[in-house]
Amino acid sequence: MSADTPDSTRADAAAAKGGLWAWINRRLPVESFISQELTGYFAPKNFNFWYFFGSLAMLVLVMQIVTGIFLTMFYQPGDAFGSVQFIMREVQWGWLVRYMHSTGASFFFIVVYLHMFRGMLYGSYRQPRELLWLIGMLVYVALMAEAFMGYVLPWGNMSFWGAQVIINLFGTIPGIGPGLTQWIRGDYGISRFTLNRLFALHVAAVPIVLLLLVVLHLVALHQVGSNNPDGIEIRDHLGQDGKPLDGIPFHPYYTVKDIFGVGVFFILFAAVVFFVPTFHGLFLEPANFTPHNPLSTPADIHPVWYFTPYYAILRAVPSKGFGALFLLLAMVSLFLLPWLDRSPVKSIRYKGWMSRLALAVFVVSFVGLGYLGMQPVEPLYVILARVFAIGYFAFFWLMPFYTRWERVKPVPERVVYHAH
Amino acid sequence: MRTNRHGWARVLLGAALAMGLAGLGQAADSGATYGAHWKSWQAHANVSDLASLQRGARDFVGYCLSCHSLRYERWSRLGKDLKIPPAMLEKYLIPPGEAPQDYMLSPMTADAEKWFGKQPPDLSLIARYRGTNYLYRYLRTFYVDSGRATGVNNLVYPSVAMPDVLSSLEGLKIAVYRTVEEPGPHGTTLKRQVFEHFKQIAPGSMTPQQFDRFVHDTVNFLDYVGDPQRVERHRVGVWVILFLIVFTWLAWLLYREYWKDVR
Repeated sequence: MSADTPDSTRADAAAAKGGLWAWINRRLPVESFISQELTGYFAPKNFNFWYFFGSLAMLVLVMQIVTGIFLTMFYQPGDAFGSVQFIMREVQWGWLVRYMHSTGASFFFIVVYLHMFRGMLYGSYRQPRELLWLIGMLVYVALMAEAFMGYVLPWGNMSFWGAQVIINLFGTIPGIGPGLTQWIRGDYGISRFTLNRLFALHVAAVPIVLLLLVVLHLVALHQVGSNNPDGIEIRDHLGQDGKPLDGIPFHPYYTVKDIFGVGVFFILFAAVVFFVPTFHGLFLEPANFTPHNPLSTPADIHPVWYFTPYYAILRAVPSKGFGALFLLLAMVSLFLLPWLDRSPVKSIRYKGWMSRLALAVFVVSFVGLGYLGMQPVEPLYVILARVFAIGYFAFFWLMPFYTRWERVKPVPERVVYHAH
Repeated sequence: MRTNRHGWARVLLGAALAMGLAGLGQAADSGATYGAHWKSWQAHANVSDLASLQRGARDFVGYCLSCHSLRYERWSRLGKDLKIPPAMLEKYLIPPGEAPQDYMLSPMTADAEKWFGKQPPDLSLIARYRGTNYLYRYLRTFYVDSGRATGVNNLVYPSVAMPDVLSSLEGLKIAVYRTVEEPGPHGTTLKRQVFEHFKQIAPGSMTPQQFDRFVHDTVNFLDYVGDPQRVERHRVGVWVILFLIVFTWLAWLLYREYWKDVR
């Protein structure tokens, strides 16, 4: 175990020795990077189930990039719908790569939503992790853009009409709206020029931004250290060697644990890819198996499941302009979370009943909105969507009050951990 | 482009028969009644039923391909997936002048728009777009309607442009409606026609059981065409998941071994 020898000594020793490894390390700090960020990065030992999703999100990102590169070799914006069918039917293992990519998009959001929920459970956005949270939120926004553009590429009828609805949202901006949408589309309507630019953004621009933001997210994480289910700082209790008493080296402890998590993840992922790749119309919608047709509007336009909570908020507001404003507000609220939470404690374990209730209301509202966003507009559903939208916003905007009013439980000095 | 005179003859014959009998239809009183619960009819598609897929392919080529293409399916792929020997494929299915590597295209020309009001859609993905139950109900709910140019109408897709090309097999049936009175606005009464059942007015060349199997096979075949690698996908998937279970079990053991020291 690396904890026995000081890491800097090991790195220096490696550099002092001869050979190729030393030659490389004198020029590129591989060894010291590993010893600082993996074997010498101390993570709290009490991570639970919720802590699998950060590494899983990275795994899905890599998988999306690799499968995406292979799809790009055969996808043609000029014959978008046909080339996707060519991939599915004639390219060797094309169906597997394409289903991995389409299923990967949905799993990306499942994993990211669980990762974000973990942050909300244990107050991982609180001081000193505000920037970590903000960068993570930017990752989320970039991911939404990436997913939307990817959804348009197969150029089915839902791709086309989905693009129509989403891009028209920018048209609600007063003054510049109409000009802006035309600039985004590159045409007077959604056309092949729009498709081509979305392709460029999907395969080059946004992935670069995503990768950069993920690196920044990790740099910020390693700067402040990981939070944990107790919401207390392990760096406040250092041992004789200057290392956190409740911390363990990320490698090998969390690498082996995450490999197990990856195994479980891949079993679920493979079950979907091989047996229910459309996931009963949730991951790949029936209306997208017919080519785009500007003259035929689908009976019921709605985005893929991961956008439907916001779509339901948009539709719950009677005016389109204000609907878009509330949609924006729903995102902004998430960004502001570090400053809305005024509780003396971080973790839900030690917060009072009001915070627990509020979080429960938020989860029910978010899931409820997600469900309603997939349903046709009916009077009862609109009323329900408004109730859930109020629940969603109440969680955020009442937070400064209920987190101060409630009685919190005493926080332990050291993390709670039960050895296996 | 190939010509398929037999297919054409069937289409025209079916349409003519439907139109000719449309006027007579209402008078006929005898015949079986059925179809009250057509909305819950199930296709029971099963793409691992190879014999059904082979019959469906034959029926599709005989009755559908004259108007509808499968532009993403090659003849050779059809033969390979459905285990039809190349000699049989060439003899019975591939039209003269076409090669096994060609796509299954219909000889329908642009004139279709003049004849039917629209181009018959490509059916490669129709089962994924509409679902198999939809297709099954659609093919079984054509009925005589003298008000339509084609002489027929459909319960699933009202006012559909497609003629009842299967009427020579199924025979002809009419839809029997019952009038329902509902309270309308301002104390008025609204009368609404509600479908009650079908009544067979002329027999086809098939018995109802044979025709049901015919439709089932055709829908089953379209289900295969929509997602041709499904059987292969399921076969590979079982092995992938078995491998992952072993991998995850080993990863679990490794994890427990390392974490023994953590107190």
